[in-house]
Amino acid sequence: MSAPSLGVQVGQIARRSVLRTLRQPAQIVPALAFPLFLLALNTPGLERAVSLPGFPTDSYLTFALAVTFVQGALVAIINSGTDLANDIETGFLNRLALTPLRGVALIGGLLAGTVVLGVIQAIAFLLVGLAAGASFATGLPGALAIALLSLLTVIGFGTLGIVAALRTGSGEAVQGLFPVAFVLLFMSSGSLPRDLIERDWFATVATYNPVSYLIEGVRSLLIDGWDARALALGFGVAVGLVALGLALSSAALRTRLVRT
Amino acid sequence: MREGTFRATTGAVAWRALHNFATNPALLVPSLIFPLFFFIAFAGGLSAVEDVPGFDFPSGYTAFQFVFVMLQSAAMGGVFTGLSVAADFESGFARRLLLAASDRRAVLLGYGLAALVRWLLTVSMITVIALLAGMHVDGSGVDLFGLLGLALLVNLAGFGWASGVALRARSIQAGPIMQMPTFLILFLAPVYVPLDLLTGWIDTVAALNPMTAILEAGRALISGDPSGVALAFAVVLALVALFALWSLRGLRSAERAAG
Repeated sequence: MSAPSLGVQVGQIARRSVLRTLRQPAQIVPALAFPLFLLALNTPGLERAVSLPGFPTDSYLTFALAVTFVQGALVAIINSGTDLANDIETGFLNRLALTPLRGVALIGGLLAGTVVLGVIQAIAFLLVGLAAGASFATGLPGALAIALLSLLTVIGFGTLGIVAALRTGSGEAVQGLFPVAFVLLFMSSGSLPRDLIERDWFATVATYNPVSYLIEGVRSLLIDGWDARALALGFGVAVGLVALGLALSSAALRTRLVRT
Repeated sequence: MREGTFRATTGAVAWRALHNFATNPALLVPSLIFPLFFFIAFAGGLSAVEDVPGFDFPSGYTAFQFVFVMLQSAAMGGVFTGLSVAADFESGFARRLLLAASDRRAVLLGYGLAALVRWLLTVSMITVIALLAGMHVDGSGVDLFGLLGLALLVNLAGFGWASGVALRARSIQAGPIMQMPTFLILFLAPVYVPLDLLTGWIDTVAALNPMTAILEAGRALISGDPSGVALAFAVVLALVALFALWSLRGLRSAERAAG
């Protein structure tokens, strides 16, 4: 009896991953609520910042909405990683290793649940932003571009979660990455544009922090219009994250399966 | 003899809680890193906010945010000790403690003492870093003593709230119930700009939020213009009294459950 095709393998793992995500409110609710909660708290508190000379918009909500997408994507590290770590801890991955399942099918399938959650997040954040009065300088095509960038970011961070799970095999260790994600978000240009950050050392950290470019890519579509440079940097970082995550997760999977 | 037993119980519970805290990186690191991280992100990343028209805090944005982080770490330090109480109930250890103690309030006091020491460690580190970062302190020694007293009481109030929840739920799953309201009350105060620069719904909510009076008094103390301090102490003492009662009633609930 021959092994199922790659498509069937991906489909089986993806179906399990999607169902598992949708059946866990503990994954969906924080991924939606936490970014919106911070948006609701920070926006009125920092509304006065728009009066700073050089601030790019007169709506802090529009400025801060970009952070919501990237923050939501960062949750993918924890969600995808925790699910796989759970499979490792329960021995499910060991049993899978005895089947003819290919590594690419496992990683692709595992990301399916994360992607579905990413789609739900993108739609929810766009609708909430619109309802709250954020402006979309690029209209509907820009909203679709935001959703695409957001999804690529989700996949990129999701693969990093898979790497962490494969390397450590521990859900607790994956959860320990949450503070790192939080640091990446706050040490970026999320709260103020980089040229308005007064402390040089902070501006330098924000410049080297790839999360700044993800935020600025989304933000350019909300505020500036079709800014080729910001979009190239944003999509470049997102695609780079995906490529890096896939390479690292493939290597980590090989090591994990050898150990098995 | 009874007083000695009470003190010994308090000391033993506090020592154990502190030993667990100091030897478990999962407890120690976040409680040190998170306030420091908030301080760096707010005082470093948002320092341009002091250029907003109408922002006239004399000691600068670093001191402005230092007071918030000090009070935030105090409240959350109390809450995290409440989580330790819940974890001890979940493992069954706290139930045995209650059976062994002649006066069970000593057990509660021990955890409260640990919360205080934990926070003092955190705030010492943040203070040193803030001073190294060039924070201006315009308040006198008395003002700073007042600021420390205010924050200590916030720590006690945070512990009272969280331990009350922990003693009723007796499960670590009640963690979000302890943390979320505390987080909300902290962030619905004037975190980034003074109260008079807030607009819209946050202005109304912040004006009604008891944390606002405490935060504004703390900032007044560090800048050497101690206005609103009496109101802040009245508010925080009322919170301490309320949550002490909440916690003691929680203890009764836990005693009933223990049989």
